[in-house]
Amino acid sequence: MPVRIARRLAGFLATLFAASFVIFVAVYAAPGDPAVFLAGGRDKLTPERLAAVRAQYHLDEPLVVQYGRWLGDSLHFDLGRSFQYSDQVADLIAARLPTTVQLVAYATLLFVVLGVGAGILAAVREGSWVDSAVVGTTTLAASVPSFVAAIALVSLFGVRLGWFPVTGSGTGFAGTLHHLTLPALSLALGALAVISRVTRQAMADAAASDHVEAARASGIPERNIVRRHVLRNALGPIITMCGLVAAGMFAGTVVVETAFGISGIGSLLVGAINAHDFPVAQAVLLLMVTGYVLVTTVVDLVHPLLDPRVRKARTA
Amino acid sequence: MLLTIDRLTVEVPGTARPLLDEVALHIAEGEVVGLVGESGSGKSTTAKAALGLLPAGATASGSVHVAGADVLSLTGEELRRHRARTVSMVHQDPRAALNPVRRIGDFLLERGADRTRAVELLAAVGLSDPERRMRQRPHELSGGMLQRVVIAGALATPPRLLLADEATSALDVTTQAEILALLRTLRAEHGAGLLFITHDLHLAAAYCDRVYVMYAGRVVEERTAAALFADPAHPYTRGLLACSPTLGDTPRRIEPIPGKPPSLSDAFPGCPFTARCPDAQPDCSSRHPAAVTLPDGGTAACHRIPAAVPAPAERTAP
Repeated sequence: MPVRIARRLAGFLATLFAASFVIFVAVYAAPGDPAVFLAGGRDKLTPERLAAVRAQYHLDEPLVVQYGRWLGDSLHFDLGRSFQYSDQVADLIAARLPTTVQLVAYATLLFVVLGVGAGILAAVREGSWVDSAVVGTTTLAASVPSFVAAIALVSLFGVRLGWFPVTGSGTGFAGTLHHLTLPALSLALGALAVISRVTRQAMADAAASDHVEAARASGIPERNIVRRHVLRNALGPIITMCGLVAAGMFAGTVVVETAFGISGIGSLLVGAINAHDFPVAQAVLLLMVTGYVLVTTVVDLVHPLLDPRVRKARTA
Repeated sequence: MLLTIDRLTVEVPGTARPLLDEVALHIAEGEVVGLVGESGSGKSTTAKAALGLLPAGATASGSVHVAGADVLSLTGEELRRHRARTVSMVHQDPRAALNPVRRIGDFLLERGADRTRAVELLAAVGLSDPERRMRQRPHELSGGMLQRVVIAGALATPPRLLLADEATSALDVTTQAEILALLRTLRAEHGAGLLFITHDLHLAAAYCDRVYVMYAGRVVEERTAAALFADPAHPYTRGLLACSPTLGDTPRRIEPIPGKPPSLSDAFPGCPFTARCPDAQPDCSSRHPAAVTLPDGGTAACHRIPAAVPAPAERTAP
């Protein structure tokens, strides 16, 4: 097991390193010149002023040198200063991260409970109208883009029915929950289809095993067969998929936070890209990638706990 | 009668012939009955019918009665209780019959044994260190050990009828002998009936009271074990005996049955064995042979019965 964890950790770091380079280059290659923005707009721009700004922010150095400087600083947890706000990037992120984490956690809870629940229902009633209803509804939900879903949810529950607030993130636990319900729902909607499908298929595969027929032939109650034999054996793919979708949601917050006016990581990223705020954009992207790789690594480490055969093969 | 199967016909869509065609079979209490035939002859399907377990999409006619209950009409909770209490099955492949991610103990507990009884059962089927086995998972045990676990599971709630589907075929001979002895003891203790499915005719003849021989979903011969072995009536039974080697002082040629077992896409208007039968006559393939009662009380389904069976004196002793 320690060898396995060490190997996963090495892979984790290698992925982060590769991702950091891609992120840095991508932001660097984005159209528009941050020096123009930093110098205070095109009006009072002189070549001398532009050169001075470039030198001050090290924008005149070659790409590789800039990347090396940024990477070295990042390793010391110094993510630089925002061009736009002049604050430490780390402080900006720290102020906004909790909201985004809450939003993603809430959305994850929603899609796990609803998606896995719907999948189980469809698998148990395979071929019936319940099955068709689950597949149809979740497919419809998945084919609606999240910003359209967000607008639809706002107009129905926020404006017409007035059940939920339409902007902001609220204070206190109940307030946060109340404010984040619509954003979390619009984030989770798209995931319902894939999670319920994976659950349904994994359970159908597990239900086809000989030991399930043997259990049925032994007169074990159907409820226990579904829970202890079918669902238990289908957990591997279900948990993997839930992990991947939850990790991918950090990127999905870009759209939803903007639509609902929530000041989280996603809206910070959108603002930073619009303002050519390199350090913020790079740091947020790096954080999203880290979150994604971290979740997938954890899922991978959890797998042997579900299947004793894998555990044995790895330790032997 | 403990188990009575009467004219059971099981059909699934998309096949040329029924899986089972008018199968009749009965087992008395305390009786060991063998069911012999090649792969695909319908042995497992027949046994599973006693559990009310038919292949997906199958339609059945005829009747299956176990201890007075009409199995094919049972549903829901009644059917579950029938499977849990009255009939148990020892499955063909023990590794496939156990959930790989659950413990041996869970396997026994969910079949109605409590902890103490589960440990006793594991000891009774000859497993060493039963306490430790309870906590182990299937991949930690050998095939022979798992076979014993599956038998222990079948006995968790003492059944009135035990169906052993190739229960010993995958085992080496010493383990096989131990398991067979174990099944007999348990049968004697509980007075249960045993349906012993095998493709080994010699084993069936040595171990069972009566033997049914199946071919292409039909029972072609039913005899007491001794009679079947000494004086097989159906050409197929004779073919099976001729192609299995035995120990003996007279060296004998091993003669395989020509051709191959029929598939589900072959339909037979007459006797299904015609194409492989050494005694076949032109009319065999056009008429379905009815079961004929033999002088010793057994039955066989063959048009050539009076002519095909040579006088006992002409045959070499097996």
